[in-house]
Amino acid sequence: FSSNSIDRASGRIEKLLIANRGEIACRIMRTAKRLGIRTVAVYSDADERSLHVKLADEAVRIGPPPARLSYLSAASIIEAASRTGAQAIHPGYGFLSESSEFAQLCQDEGITFVGPPASAIRDMGDKSASKRIMGAAGVPLVPGYHGYEQDIDLMKLEADKIGYPILIKPTHGGGGKGMRIVQSPEDFVDSFIGAQREAAASFGINTILLEKYITKPRHIEVQIFGDKYGNIVHLNERDCSVQRRHQKIIEEAPAPNISGDFRSHLGQAAVSAAKAVNYHSAGTVEFIVDTLSGEFYFMEMNTRLQVEHPVTEMIVGQDLVAWQIRVANGEPLPFSQSEVPLLGHAFEARIYAENVPKGFLPATGILHHYHPVQASSEVRVETGVEQGDTVSMHYDPMIAKLVVWGEDRTGALIKMRDSLSKFQVAGLPTNIDFLSKLANHGAFEKGEVETHFIELHKDDLFVDPDDELSTQLVYKSAARSAAIAAACLCEKEHASTSESSPGSLSVWYANPPFRVNHFAKRTMELEWEDDTSKGGPKLVPVHVTHMPKGKYLIETGGSSFPDLELNIVHLGNHHFRVEHDGLSTNTSMAVYQKDQFEHIHIWHGSCHHHFRRRNKLDLVDIDESNQHRPTTEASSHPPGSVAAPMAGLVVKVLVKDGEKVPEGQPIIVLEAMKMEHVVKATHAGYISGLRVSAGQQVSDGTLLFTVKENRGDVS
Amino acid sequence: RSISRRRRQNLPLCPSRYLCSSVLPDTLDRTSDSYARNSEAMEGLISQLHSHILQVMNGGGSDAVKRNTSRNKLLPRDRIDSLIDPGSSFLELSQLAGHELYDDPLPSGGIITGFGPVHGKLCMFVANDPTVKGGTYFPITVKKHLRAQEIAAKCRLPCMYLVDSGGAFLPKQAEIFPDKENFGRIFYNQSLMSADGIPQIALVLGSCTAGGAYIPAMADESVMVKGNGTIFLAGPPLVKAATGEEVSAEDLGGASLHCRTSGVSDYFAQDEQHALAIGRNIAKNLHMAGNMGTQHQRISDFKEPLYDEAELRAIAPTDLKQSFDIRSVISRIVDGSEFDEFKKLYGATLVTGFARIFGQPVGIIGNNGILFNESAVKGAHFIELCTQRNIPLIFLQNITGFMVGSKSEANGIAKSGAKMVMAVSCAKVPKITVVVGGSFGAGNYAMCGRAYSPDFMFFWPNARISVMGGPQAAGVLAQIEGASRKKTGTPWSKEEEEKFKAGVVEAYDREGSAYYSTARLWDDGIIDPADTRKVLGLCLAAATTNRMPESTKYGVFRM
Repeated sequence: FSSNSIDRASGRIEKLLIANRGEIACRIMRTAKRLGIRTVAVYSDADERSLHVKLADEAVRIGPPPARLSYLSAASIIEAASRTGAQAIHPGYGFLSESSEFAQLCQDEGITFVGPPASAIRDMGDKSASKRIMGAAGVPLVPGYHGYEQDIDLMKLEADKIGYPILIKPTHGGGGKGMRIVQSPEDFVDSFIGAQREAAASFGINTILLEKYITKPRHIEVQIFGDKYGNIVHLNERDCSVQRRHQKIIEEAPAPNISGDFRSHLGQAAVSAAKAVNYHSAGTVEFIVDTLSGEFYFMEMNTRLQVEHPVTEMIVGQDLVAWQIRVANGEPLPFSQSEVPLLGHAFEARIYAENVPKGFLPATGILHHYHPVQASSEVRVETGVEQGDTVSMHYDPMIAKLVVWGEDRTGALIKMRDSLSKFQVAGLPTNIDFLSKLANHGAFEKGEVETHFIELHKDDLFVDPDDELSTQLVYKSAARSAAIAAACLCEKEHASTSESSPGSLSVWYANPPFRVNHFAKRTMELEWEDDTSKGGPKLVPVHVTHMPKGKYLIETGGSSFPDLELNIVHLGNHHFRVEHDGLSTNTSMAVYQKDQFEHIHIWHGSCHHHFRRRNKLDLVDIDESNQHRPTTEASSHPPGSVAAPMAGLVVKVLVKDGEKVPEGQPIIVLEAMKMEHVVKATHAGYISGLRVSAGQQVSDGTLLFTVKENRGDVS
Repeated sequence: RSISRRRRQNLPLCPSRYLCSSVLPDTLDRTSDSYARNSEAMEGLISQLHSHILQVMNGGGSDAVKRNTSRNKLLPRDRIDSLIDPGSSFLELSQLAGHELYDDPLPSGGIITGFGPVHGKLCMFVANDPTVKGGTYFPITVKKHLRAQEIAAKCRLPCMYLVDSGGAFLPKQAEIFPDKENFGRIFYNQSLMSADGIPQIALVLGSCTAGGAYIPAMADESVMVKGNGTIFLAGPPLVKAATGEEVSAEDLGGASLHCRTSGVSDYFAQDEQHALAIGRNIAKNLHMAGNMGTQHQRISDFKEPLYDEAELRAIAPTDLKQSFDIRSVISRIVDGSEFDEFKKLYGATLVTGFARIFGQPVGIIGNNGILFNESAVKGAHFIELCTQRNIPLIFLQNITGFMVGSKSEANGIAKSGAKMVMAVSCAKVPKITVVVGGSFGAGNYAMCGRAYSPDFMFFWPNARISVMGGPQAAGVLAQIEGASRKKTGTPWSKEEEEKFKAGVVEAYDREGSAYYSTARLWDDGIIDPADTRKVLGLCLAAATTNRMPESTKYGVFRM
């Protein structure tokens, strides 16, 4: 069955295994297909029906859902390659992409690793070692401590020498995992220990480095590319300053507000860095730019294709995956540095399943509705999921990348705003509305980006629940959407009942429904799920009157909101055209069932709102003795109870049940997506009902414990 | 060959100059004085109607409604709205029953009745209004309840009783309890319908005291709401008085007792919404035997009338002396305004013919003047045609009566009228009567008045009903009074006579109004003329969906 024996004279890759999943696996396959290269997908049990499996010519199961048993299992992947006769493996990003051992293993097995040499990965993978190499090559470095000695007291002394604020960082890994900012010496020890633990959990190595923390930094990185003949070029820079939880969410190329001189200095530094480790294939050299001094320092080099590679592709008009394959085949770079173009401007927005108001915590769930914006040559949607797929707790919660290109930055930004407003996801919380706010922010428009952008502008980006005026404004817009949603629901309902009802009774399902001497009227109790606020759902009662000729009169209660008279044209499954007072607007609606609610998402103009309504007439077989209907909704837990803010693994339980705790006392450490999250006591009191233990998996909204006022309450 | 086939298909069934002969022409003169006058008068009548309706929609007033809401109970119409299929129609009956009938207002007679689809099955709803006199039964309440059952029995519609009633209104017990068509008849009907395979379902959403307790007890299936629903023959006060036992309503006859211990009820509901959900579910599981009806005759692809239904408001004059062509009504209620007129040239004061309403075939009989010998005989003939073919009959009443006078009597008008009355009485097809103008004298009989048990009967707001016109009656009565005074020698001045006549006219006026009729349930409701087509369509569906065709047998026609 093995075709390992087939040895082509050309030595070129004809079959490529992609040791990854999600959008990047799909992305790599697309190029491979274009080049006539057959593709092999690997998948865990959780991904059996996912898009990357469907797109591949062949697919091999490599293990159970946890990544360390599947996508991180080098042996299984090598075996999959030999089973299918793939000559090469593309690791994508994440997983094994920066494992020098894996790159080495591929080489030992005679499989082409589509990426840099193992030695370069090793050199750059150890952050302390890489900084020594970079220092020797004359690349500027942030002041810090990169020693092997990890004694806590010595580290503290080093920290005091560098000066606070200081950054604690694991020497291995990336993506902000285990990173800590320490503002003052007294916090050092706790943060250090936490970083060590997280590093050990994520990367298996718990060595830590210290660095000066730059208060007003920009994150600018340079895409470099090398071939096996020592040629290295840079493909301009990307600005990835806008981050949350130390992870990028909007990237752009080229970086705004920098001079051509600065650009070429950065580029030269990046090329020098790559040359110092005999690099080939795609790589990214990350710099931190101190906006106050104008200095830039080497941060790290990512020896792989980056998540945000498409923005570079858009401004140089090249396919970097194709370049990777060519270089792996031993071809030289197609052009020299002077031939590298810079065309227009590109943005990438990363669309995540995450809970923005809960501090951008990763979210899980089913994509009940997934309608990305229409793609074109200038709008790319890089995705690895389809409607109906599940975003599970096992892997990164990124749903898609939206990449747009424009003649200039403003043109690109307009396209991004438009595309975000048309990017429809429902079923789980996403950051789309938040990305929209970012893209519409004045400072962002001016290119005033820095890594603290979100923190700096949080007043504009989040609705302050105490600000009455702005909450009222937001509520008003929700009420309007609720009105439109109610009318669309009626229209949709009518279409489906008149379809499903026996033809002979069609007269009974006419629109509007007939009433003798009055208009049919109904009340819909929509609860507005304000995804941008921490508060629970707010009730928006909507009264719908069926007027003659299919018109709807909508009252949303409250004198501040005027009645609306709407005409709805049902265009298709989810699409409507809503006419009010001579103005008609495209509207989309997604409806799905979850728990005991019907969830309704509506996109109207540039607004998106999420409502739910109780399934009033659902027949849960309720026993008389069971007074409370079972629910998984966190909001229904009794007061003082604390629910899991996300699905994850309990790493540590810090107190015992019944213990007295002050407010803010850490109780449980949860881990999801390799991120630690500390669940704290909401107020002072006694911990009650604490049943979870370390190693236990909990789902989103699971009741973890209750904080009770009195000891006597503790059960 | 294919060309010739296409030609053949395109070939009209009859020569083209006759093709559209069945489409009624638009004869309405929209610029005429009468059009403007009629519109204005009808506008006034309709706004009056709407204000009466608005009043009864509020039930027993805001305090009672608030009390009801505070107990987590919906108003009866909202209960029905939750039961019928979302976005479907509901045909409410006799909204103004009890209108100005008693000393106190009794909105909608204290009970809401009507029919609508649940999971595609048409059901009859009978819903007590607890905000009106505690949902107790007045004589008119009983009558309205029985009428709903009568329709359900005839049309074989499953019945849903939304029970929330304090039982009989005791001060009026003599008019409620003993007679044939009184309270006991409710359970009699339930028994017979159940025996006949017509499902009887009770949702106990409130109290269900004394006689009312038999509604769920007699039902095929019943649902009770925890807390709100109670069933007992005697409430706690009466129990205490009778036996000295002190017991709470919930313990005496709550949902838990009846669903667990007594078995009086079958389904336990946590709250009202839950009960309504169970109710819908019960309807979902109804599989009525013999559910064939006459629906096979329907076509689903029908045309709307060519002329605006709203113009019906401008056609009927409020002054009944003014005549109008009934075809202008027909052309606004039938599919595509197509009407195949039968015997058009004979007995022209009665218009008869075939049409469809929402695809459902009907025979229409409408008045275009006084009934003469020929028109009455033509009517009888047409009814025979429809019963032979099992075609439902629609009567559009605007009739002052049969022609009187020596010539007419000599021609045997009584004999001709008798033929039509016999035909109407015996016809076993669904019959629906709409009074669009006057309904006087024996004309009411021949045109299927209430006594002839039409399946449904509606009034336009301008309609009037009495044995004869007010002035005619005044004339007759004045002559008799004059004669009797002459006998006794009591003088009767011209003035007194005028006053006497005016009194009679005034009484006839009041008693002849649509409101007087509908308050007493002489009809099934007053409708906006513009809704006539819809109401007929809905009623036809109700009358034919579950009903099996019956053959008609006539008595002796006097020839």
